[in-house]
Amino acid sequence: MHTSGQIMNGSEILFECLRREHVEYIFGYPGGALLKVYETLHDVKDIKHILVRHEQGATHMAEGYARATGKPGVVLVTSGPGATNTVTGISNAYMDSSPMVVFTGQVPSTLIGNDAFQEADIVGITRPITKHNFLVKDVKDMAITIRKAFFLATQGRPGPVLVDLPKDILSSECTFNWPEKIDIRGFKPTIKGHENQIRKAAAMIARAKQPLLYVGGGVIASEASDALRKLAIEQDIPVTMTLQGLGAFPGDHPLSMGMLGMHGTFWANQAINTCDLLITVGARFDDRVTGKIDTFATHAYKIHNDIDPTNIDKNVKVDLPVVGDSRCFLEGVLKALPKTRENRQAWLDKIAQWQKECPLTFTNEKDTLKTEFVIDEVSRQTRGNAVVTTDVGQHQMWTAQHYKFINPRSIITSGGLGTMGYGLPAAIGAAFGIQDRPVVLFCGDGGFMMNIQELVTAVSYKLPIKIFLINNNFLGMVRQWQELFHQEKYSFTDLQQSNPDFVRVAEAFGVKALSAGNPAEAEKAVKEALAYNEGPVLVEFKVIKKDMVFPMVPAGASISDMLFERLNPKTMV
Amino acid sequence: MKHIISVLVENKFGTLNRVAAMFSARGFNLESISIGETEDNEISRMTIVTRGDDSIISQILKQLNRLIDTLKVVDVTNKPHISREVLLMTLNRGKQSQQEIFNLIDVFKAKVVDIKQKSITIEVVGSPDKINTTIEMFRPLGIKEIARSGTVAMTRGES
Repeated sequence: MHTSGQIMNGSEILFECLRREHVEYIFGYPGGALLKVYETLHDVKDIKHILVRHEQGATHMAEGYARATGKPGVVLVTSGPGATNTVTGISNAYMDSSPMVVFTGQVPSTLIGNDAFQEADIVGITRPITKHNFLVKDVKDMAITIRKAFFLATQGRPGPVLVDLPKDILSSECTFNWPEKIDIRGFKPTIKGHENQIRKAAAMIARAKQPLLYVGGGVIASEASDALRKLAIEQDIPVTMTLQGLGAFPGDHPLSMGMLGMHGTFWANQAINTCDLLITVGARFDDRVTGKIDTFATHAYKIHNDIDPTNIDKNVKVDLPVVGDSRCFLEGVLKALPKTRENRQAWLDKIAQWQKECPLTFTNEKDTLKTEFVIDEVSRQTRGNAVVTTDVGQHQMWTAQHYKFINPRSIITSGGLGTMGYGLPAAIGAAFGIQDRPVVLFCGDGGFMMNIQELVTAVSYKLPIKIFLINNNFLGMVRQWQELFHQEKYSFTDLQQSNPDFVRVAEAFGVKALSAGNPAEAEKAVKEALAYNEGPVLVEFKVIKKDMVFPMVPAGASISDMLFERLNPKTMV
Repeated sequence: MKHIISVLVENKFGTLNRVAAMFSARGFNLESISIGETEDNEISRMTIVTRGDDSIISQILKQLNRLIDTLKVVDVTNKPHISREVLLMTLNRGKQSQQEIFNLIDVFKAKVVDIKQKSITIEVVGSPDKINTTIEMFRPLGIKEIARSGTVAMTRGES
């Protein structure tokens, strides 16, 4: 490590700052504006640069790494097209509150605004999709700006921060000074919730006859799972989780109700609309969760803890808001709980009854394969202990329903933005962060094609990721909506004729590839894939075309009005 | 209901864009926005005039606070405050209208800032209400051009 007070150029300062921020990996791709940075990088040994094949891949990898480890993901790309290729990934990280710092090269500061070669106003472009962003105009500002970027990305509600670095700044020199202390006067997130509000929440919890915990990604981000578990078990409160909250509470525990919302469990949605106290922790009443707002949890007194004050009263009016870190909130509630509480047996029995009425089931057939079976099988064989990444669509919802997540930071999925093509790079990023658990990807045939180039990255770093490709030769979720709501007009969703032979494609990339077309083959292939650790392995599961994700709440309907089967059963193949 | 929000922001490039972009991205109404340096040249004051019901205004205030470059956000609407706007208005100067123009200038305590053969430009400072009335009264006399500054506001000092 260099010491403060040394003369360094901008590129050296960049790496020195990354060192001080304890960065292990950079996901990057070189280019003209970054030549000086890559010259410096050539001799950097302690920070590992991962060469991606497309800048979008770099951003999803950084996010996968961030979500798996809790540490900020770091991206390094060149100006212009390099920078604009990061937009989807940045937007994804912004919607799902993932800590990420993106460094973009920029044309020399003297040329900014001149429509120079490979110039794009990336600061302007990413303003609405970053937590904050910076253009460094003087090499003397580099260290403090990078320090601020990491601080902003990780403190309060996490999110992506972009730092734009003009080419001339990266080669000019100044005295390096690392700011140990940092103060951003416009950024003072409330971490500790209001004490009176917390005390009031604890009293409400003890008094409630039919309480329900509805928890989201904030519980994972704030490492609040232990406190959540304690509160739920001590108080006999059932827990339902959002897509990003899965794993916050063990999925195999009797108090776990699985996911709620559009493709949530029947019993979780019934509980929402029956409970007398809704304790919302680190979740934001997303439209995929609430369905029709006016009918959402109408009988409940609503407590809402969130670190971001803008989430309070945004979609649903609440009775008791507590702005602050979810872990502080839950620990505060645990301390403030009265000695006695209501008995909840009748409430738990009611939920068990709903669960019995409409369980998550599927029928398995000997000669055909269903996605639910594959996910169940992977869940069983990994004992719920894998880090599971997904792409977007039907397989994603089935993963949420059927994989039994036991631990936090186990599901890495694009929730807010719904980015197809997210899964493969996210799995790669996660695999750099996690070595002691299998990293699994569930992906559809549509999304897999969107960042397929990153197979090269997985192969070149010999990452033992398990790519479970669920191939129904259709854009399945769009197909499902077309069947249910658009008169079965399967407009441009049938990929049967155009899909490649995925096994051969994988093999051409150097990926070990298997395929399975029935439950017996699937069971065997999963076993073989999980045992293979020399590098990435792909299993193509040839599943039936016309399977649909149920239960389902049609968009705009109340979450208690769920569909359990297709309206017209004869179309089932 | 109309609200006047006074915001202290970092005096940096891009800050105005961040605020304006937040309004458009979230579909909030933005009636006027004005910005200028304060006594501290690192800080600017922005005065925003917007409309919305209580829940929208509350979201606007929170979203403004959430921006990193905002330092202080105050809804001055229901606080004792002073709000002013500057109007520059060029009028056609005809023989018949001249006397009427000067009469109105007197009534509205306007200032003549430019005068040419065929036109006269006046300046009026006042509450947004007064500016609206001024424009209405002058309209029949033939307005050529108008420039309004947008509202600037601050809460009243303590007694």
